[in-house]
Amino acid sequence: MSDELLKPDELFAKIDHRPPKTDWMSTPVQIRKGMYCYASNYKSVEYLGLPNARPWNPLDDDWKLPENWQEIIHQGFKERLEKFRSFKIFMDICVRCGACADKCHFFIGTGDPKNMPVIRAELLRSVYRNDFTRMGKILGKIGGARPMGLDVLKEWWYYMFQCTECRRCSVFCPYGIDTAEITIMGRELLNLIGLNIDWIATPVANCYRTGNHLGIQPHAFKGMLDFFVEDVEDLSGINVEPVYNKKGADILFITPSGDVFADPGTYTCMGYLILFHYLKEKYGLDITWSTYASEGGNFGFFTSHETMKRLNAKMYMEAKRLGVKWILGGECGHMWRVINQYMDTVNGPADFLEEPVSPITGTKFENAKSTKMVHIAEFTADLIKHDKLDLDPGRNDNLKVTYHDSCNPARGMGLLEEPRYIIKKVCNNFYEMPANTIREQTFCCGGGAGLNAGEDMELRMAGGLPRANAVKYVHDKYGVNVLSCICAVDRAVFPALMEYWVPEVEVYGMHELVANALILPGEKRTTDLRGEPLPGMEDKADE
Amino acid sequence: MNNKNKIITGLIIFIGIITFPFWYNMGKAAPGIEPELSAKARAAKKCVRSASYMKAEHMQLLDAWRESVVRKGERIYVNEEGKQFNMSLSNTCLDCHSNKAQFCDRCHDYASARPYCWDCHIDNPKEKE
Amino acid sequence: MNQKYIYSLIAVLALFLIAYVGSEAAGLQILFGIILPYLAIIAFLGGFIVRILDWAGSSVPFAIPTTCGQQKSLPWIKPNAIDNPTSTGAVVLRMFFEIVFFRSLFRNTRMGISNGSRVFYKWEIFLWIGSLAFHYSFLTVILRHLRFFIEPVPSAIILLENIDSFFKLEFITHIFQIGLPGFYLSGLILLAAVTYLFLRRIFIPQVKYISLAADFFPLFLIFGIAFSGILMRYVIKVDITAVKELTMGFITFHPVVPKEGISGIFYVHLFFVAILLAYFPFSKLMHMAGVFLSPTRNMANNTRAVRHINPWNYPVPVHTYEEYEDEFREKMIDAGLPVDKMPDEKPEEITADQKKEGKE
Repeated sequence: MSDELLKPDELFAKIDHRPPKTDWMSTPVQIRKGMYCYASNYKSVEYLGLPNARPWNPLDDDWKLPENWQEIIHQGFKERLEKFRSFKIFMDICVRCGACADKCHFFIGTGDPKNMPVIRAELLRSVYRNDFTRMGKILGKIGGARPMGLDVLKEWWYYMFQCTECRRCSVFCPYGIDTAEITIMGRELLNLIGLNIDWIATPVANCYRTGNHLGIQPHAFKGMLDFFVEDVEDLSGINVEPVYNKKGADILFITPSGDVFADPGTYTCMGYLILFHYLKEKYGLDITWSTYASEGGNFGFFTSHETMKRLNAKMYMEAKRLGVKWILGGECGHMWRVINQYMDTVNGPADFLEEPVSPITGTKFENAKSTKMVHIAEFTADLIKHDKLDLDPGRNDNLKVTYHDSCNPARGMGLLEEPRYIIKKVCNNFYEMPANTIREQTFCCGGGAGLNAGEDMELRMAGGLPRANAVKYVHDKYGVNVLSCICAVDRAVFPALMEYWVPEVEVYGMHELVANALILPGEKRTTDLRGEPLPGMEDKADE
Repeated sequence: MNNKNKIITGLIIFIGIITFPFWYNMGKAAPGIEPELSAKARAAKKCVRSASYMKAEHMQLLDAWRESVVRKGERIYVNEEGKQFNMSLSNTCLDCHSNKAQFCDRCHDYASARPYCWDCHIDNPKEKE
Repeated sequence: MNQKYIYSLIAVLALFLIAYVGSEAAGLQILFGIILPYLAIIAFLGGFIVRILDWAGSSVPFAIPTTCGQQKSLPWIKPNAIDNPTSTGAVVLRMFFEIVFFRSLFRNTRMGISNGSRVFYKWEIFLWIGSLAFHYSFLTVILRHLRFFIEPVPSAIILLENIDSFFKLEFITHIFQIGLPGFYLSGLILLAAVTYLFLRRIFIPQVKYISLAADFFPLFLIFGIAFSGILMRYVIKVDITAVKELTMGFITFHPVVPKEGISGIFYVHLFFVAILLAYFPFSKLMHMAGVFLSPTRNMANNTRAVRHINPWNYPVPVHTYEEYEDEFREKMIDAGLPVDKMPDEKPEEITADQKKEGKE
């Protein structure tokens, strides 16, 4: 963590929700270190063929914009108003009732009024009024309108990348105005003139080329999974070697690559390997991984709809090439927003696949009959319900678990009960966080939508405060020591957030908990996936 | 997807509803309203106060009369010109305006006013005599 | 900050003066009683239609409902049919609760910090109550006014009037008297609600910060409408039959200005209403229609079961498997990963077919 980051209590004490004296329109943006992510690397932008690839620095006065950038923005704005009714309606009907104001984790954590969802939208709306409405043209500033300018543009960039598109505000808005939609449009416009952040642009370029965000090439991808296979063999004596790129397999499995790369996601990845091995041995599950479509996540979604489509296309293309029946998707947040609400529309129809049926329980996943992609929480919950897994939840007895609903599966899908069902079946100690911080009211981890970089740590810690604070509440009250989640970005973001706000809490993926509890035939296990002794096996583990 | 048809249907319904008074009255002449003065009233030329005052404020005047008579026992009303009247709906007002249906009710119905005078004052006592 | 409501207040006061002086002193009753109201209605209807058609002209490329409850997935998990609708019927129900009961606003919470270390969220119901009170009292007031536009007055309106004046509130003193004509609760609630909505824009710092002149103007205007109406009914009484003569003439397209003359306060009231109507389609007040069209509320979360069609979906450049394998073939073979083409085979040209497949 950066040295300059304030201590937690100092950061907390600094939060001031009282708005400044100056009106927001006349308060110029200050791009502050720790609150922004580095500019996109021009090579990544170039690789993707996106506009205005060049080195630039947000702290410089000159952002090296194309000469006619204002015209590009205006045209882009106009085009999007025509293409997206959501955008037009959300520009027109906000009454500024303020219900959204204190719903945003970034506003709660920073106190910056421009992080109130309503003002984040007003940043765009003010220009919209000026450029596209009669009232705005006549009344000007009194009418809440202002012309586009460099200051406005910088403000856009700064605040469009201080929103994680979590949609929490949209739950409370009486008109359902969704700031995620506003931010998506804002970022699309910024991308038209080459203003992205590198934590998004480079993963997108990597994903485009190698299939995953980290740019792991196929052999290395396999190497990393091999490494997990060895680990699992060491701790259980069982070889869980997966299958790759297998033509004619029943099911294609796609999960975020983050879990292949970094702890604690790696344990979740081992969890998948263990589960699939169990199902293969016991029920003959025929599932394949792909090195080509080795990324479930889609940072293209944080760039533009088009880029999202370009990356997402690989899933169906690979499923078609391999000739599988349907696709199983791993634990991920925004990946599931894309799959649930966009994939079939942009890259479907998936008529070359079959309506998904669990080969083990025979359950038809009716809710996925068109997209033909099933969430692993749905898949596993179904297995447990049909008593197909040999589980010993006692093996997780040293864990006091709470569960974080990821924003996208919660508010862009409604996957709330499946994970809870699973976790309660594999853990004996489960505690919910306060009601206003879970389910559809869940708080973002603070690093979603491509903001989980290292250089914006203060932003992440501030934005993650509401979530961390709720974890702290159950930690203090029940001694909760595990924050479980079903999102790879969560697993990448939470360790630092927990270390900062609630140091005694560890982050677990759901399928790590499943794999801990899952009894493999013939296994000799004395430790959990992290090499910690299982409850009651402390002596044996030492041997 | 673009559910334009649904939107236009909704729009037509909305326009239909809010313009309801226009098409409901379509082709009708504007019904004017003229309270009919009885011969006695016409002969009197002037009510206790001016016609314009009475039109807007008669309910308030009657309320004040009631207060004065029932609570204070004072029955004499003196108007701007010093002329005295007995404060009585039945005996003063309805003495001239004996045609309740053509005088009182016509306007009250027109303006959807439902005074509770007649809850106690049985219908037009003068007429019944 | 003050500027914003001062501008709006000045605007409304100016409108008041224009109407009062215009009708009382300048004798422009025809303008204020007939011409401007007709123009306002034309502006309202025209503006409203244009705005809706403009919205309808934009496509809905993606199904993006905000799901606020459990999805419909496995048969043994109970879905939240209203907050996470999957059928048209359920969407209609969700919209019904949203529009009629302001369901989302009902959820409102207020964030606070206790002991300097705990962030808490409290249920905050006042905005919901205030909004409901405002909208429903306004609706009642509008419906009651139908008595001026229909002759004979329909019994439904009479019933509404009776309910509205259920509480027989009467005051009589030497100086003033209230209660005759019967006291309508809706007018008072409307005035109170508008005042509340105004005060929260002044006293809640965050709401004050986000408020624009365009947020104050309609509040002042509606306050003016309600206030002038109440004044006319209980204090500065106007000749109600003359008013109805004017409104009936207006509605039957036989406009007349009653000979007897109507007090200036009536023309102020009418002018305010005309301004509100004309302003409506060009302002945030269009949320009245927009709430029906919000894609996060009026769509079903069934996109994995029923394909949503994007009318402008277009092919995009993609990185095909062939391109991928061409780049990494050797490494894949070394790692024991299956490949489509062995390197010693002469790689066939990537066929146009395969490329096309990939691209759509």
